[in-house]
Amino acid sequence: MEERISFNLNGKKTELVTDPNQTLLWVLRNHFNLTGTKYGCGTGFCGACTVLIDKEPVRSCMLPVGDVAGKTVVTIEGLAKNGKLHPLQQAFIDHEALQCGYCTPGMIMTATGLLMKNPSPSRQEIISGLEENLCRCGAHMRIIDAVTAASKVMKGGK
Amino acid sequence: MKKTELKKKESPETGENSGMKRRSFVKLLGGGIFIFFQPWSTLDLLAIPLQERRSLTKDYNAFLQIAADGTVKCFTGKIEMGQGVITSLAQMMADELNVPFEKVKMVMGDTDLCPYDAGTWGSQTTQTFGPNMRAAAAEARAVLLDLASARLGVPASQLDVRDGTVVDSKNAKNKVTYGELAKGQKLEKYLDVKPSVEEYTKFTYVGKPYNRVDSYEKVTGKAKYAGDLKLPGMVFARILRPPSHGAKLTSVDVSPAEKIEGVKVVRDGDFIAVISENRDKVDEAIVKIKAEYSFNEMKVNDKTLFDWMLSADSAANVARTTGDIETGYKISDKIFESEYHDVYLAHAAIETHTALAQLVGDKMTVWAATQSPFGLQDGIVRELGFPREKVRVITPFVGGGFGGKAAYQQGVEAARLAKLTGKPVMVVWTRDEEFFYDTFHSAGVVKVNSGIDKSGLITMWDYHVWYAGTRGADTIYDVPNAKTTSYSRGKNAPPVHPFSTGPWRAPNNNTNTFARESQIDIMASKAGIDPLEFRLKNLKDEKMIDCLKAVADKFGYVAGKAPSGRGIGIACGTDAGTWVAEMAEVKVDKNTGKVQVVRIACAQDMGLCVNPEGALIQMEGCITMGLGYTFTEEVFFEGGNILTRGYDTYEIPRFSWLPKIDCVILDRKDKPPKGGGEPAIIAIGAVVANAIYDATGARLYRVPMTPARVLNAIKKV
Repeated sequence: MEERISFNLNGKKTELVTDPNQTLLWVLRNHFNLTGTKYGCGTGFCGACTVLIDKEPVRSCMLPVGDVAGKTVVTIEGLAKNGKLHPLQQAFIDHEALQCGYCTPGMIMTATGLLMKNPSPSRQEIISGLEENLCRCGAHMRIIDAVTAASKVMKGGK
Repeated sequence: MKKTELKKKESPETGENSGMKRRSFVKLLGGGIFIFFQPWSTLDLLAIPLQERRSLTKDYNAFLQIAADGTVKCFTGKIEMGQGVITSLAQMMADELNVPFEKVKMVMGDTDLCPYDAGTWGSQTTQTFGPNMRAAAAEARAVLLDLASARLGVPASQLDVRDGTVVDSKNAKNKVTYGELAKGQKLEKYLDVKPSVEEYTKFTYVGKPYNRVDSYEKVTGKAKYAGDLKLPGMVFARILRPPSHGAKLTSVDVSPAEKIEGVKVVRDGDFIAVISENRDKVDEAIVKIKAEYSFNEMKVNDKTLFDWMLSADSAANVARTTGDIETGYKISDKIFESEYHDVYLAHAAIETHTALAQLVGDKMTVWAATQSPFGLQDGIVRELGFPREKVRVITPFVGGGFGGKAAYQQGVEAARLAKLTGKPVMVVWTRDEEFFYDTFHSAGVVKVNSGIDKSGLITMWDYHVWYAGTRGADTIYDVPNAKTTSYSRGKNAPPVHPFSTGPWRAPNNNTNTFARESQIDIMASKAGIDPLEFRLKNLKDEKMIDCLKAVADKFGYVAGKAPSGRGIGIACGTDAGTWVAEMAEVKVDKNTGKVQVVRIACAQDMGLCVNPEGALIQMEGCITMGLGYTFTEEVFFEGGNILTRGYDTYEIPRFSWLPKIDCVILDRKDKPPKGGGEPAIIAIGAVVANAIYDATGARLYRVPMTPARVLNAIKKV
């Protein structure tokens, strides 16, 4: 049943031998100790487990690890480069766009995917892009502001 | 000047202790200066329900540690769940001790290290714990000045403290830092502190906006929640759950689960669990267990609920009377009779109840997502028979609480499994379990009879509330004849709720404020008076008047009698010692019944605001969360079976719901700080109901105000 699965994880080639039906979320958390990716509902409704797979935001709680073979996976731990925070991470800090912080990794990963596709989204596009990510503390307003700010910073960097 | 008692005893009197002996505490933390004080008075503890109360311990833990590098560690039984007290408590501490904000580190929710605390709820951290903590910190500063006085050879009265350095006011070169005072020390000081109202104006850190101190960890994924911890040999567990509350296990076959490789079944009577090092395996195994149940369910569901409550064997308690209610009925020109309904709500924090337990020797350690670390410690003592000093609860970051994590069943379950298996056990409730075992916000019924005279003054207020409690139930208006009656479960009566209920952000106040402020609006409309003017006319409470004026100003309110067609609503109330007033503008689609809130303004008098940035965030959070109970949130059930078990059927607020939010905090630096984590949520249901009425002339008497209910109300106009 076990298979050798290779993929790129946070910029590094990675290989593991495991049951390909294991959930990506639990493999990331328990095998790779990447616990920034959170369990929230296990059924794809909340978005706390969102990671990027080939630049697309995907719910890792719904995905067998076998499906990422040969692909590129980025988790919240892989966003900062050389100790420098991703502009979205910095914007979330600057705008206080979090409270309990549990949905935050999923929010940031979803927003990262959004900005990769659409570097200067309108407010309405940000709302649509994040609509399927849930936050219970009510940080929504500041999250929209943070994503808007990050999109401006990132364009400036280009 | 308060009395400071400096005991030089080697060990304090023994008494009921909070978990760890003093010696081992100091050993664990290394050297420095330790300040011990009991943060609670007997009076504080009397406010706690008896079964959760502890007698005051004499062997309390340290409250402050000043280390050789000048770091000040502050130990508190409070926990951080997003509300931001990890930041605001550090601000208060920095001010009282005159140390840089960055030097203060909060150590929270560890029963071995922190002084006892009943739990983090009720917006009490800043208003009740805060003054005690500040008074103790001020005393601790006096202790440090005494030490510095001896070191520098000048009287303490001649010393100033700036940024953690004690300086001789007559010779600036004669100085010593707190860190230097602590170097090589293992000094313990015991304070007997009586908190008193302090001067609230001379602050460096308090009252200024500070960004959260935990955001870097939280945006990088480094922040550790209970589920993020890992121990060698750790297993995951899933526990067999009944299909409904009240169901009893009659037969079970666990063999299909046992056949799965890497899975073990653990059984202790009716408590049956599967464990595996692999989380997916326990998910796979638990559904393979074949179990039969007998049912003895209550004959109530979400449709029959309100009649059920009204006909239940209830005990009436008159919570408040003013004047004479019969006279009130007689002198009223118009009398209004209304009935309001509120439903069961889930907390639905994104982090489910989670705990990791490990038994080493005879000591049980549990890392748990909880608002009540000491409550969980007591729960393990009670249910598993451990001596209290053999149970340590540690609280990492909590992924949202809202009252739901005042309950700690998952921590007892993890400890039980660790005891049964000898392995470290991680219990992470699934979303389904989270909904099933939630301690829901109680549903309730409110009946109000109220009267006004010909001039629009309220003459009578006869308020009856069933099963929603009395928080926020008293009228805030100046009414000569008023009576508040609360109905709860009668003595020896069967339970009314088929499942557990508990505190939910501003417990009960959402229900009561919805009813009261809707009723006020009904009377204003019938009296033909602008709803703001009607409120101001009937209020003597100056704080409420100030909040209403402030919110009207922020909102740009233009007076008009409702229903004006504009879709503008007003509501106000008090919670946790804080006054709050809100205005909203809504758009109602009269064909679909769908309501969009365009904007909400909120004004709050919370006394001294310790961290204005943190307080604003809490207000925004309250307003956003409040839209959930207003529009969608409702637990559906049939007897003990919870039908709403996921975010697909229990919808919480989303980005697209978001109105423009404008908040203002009244400047009250001279007043003691009050609660800020809950008040702004209480009036959201009412402010939206009143705005819908203003838009359409349709009155909603129950939450959530779903499109179907809004349409139905519009049809009745």
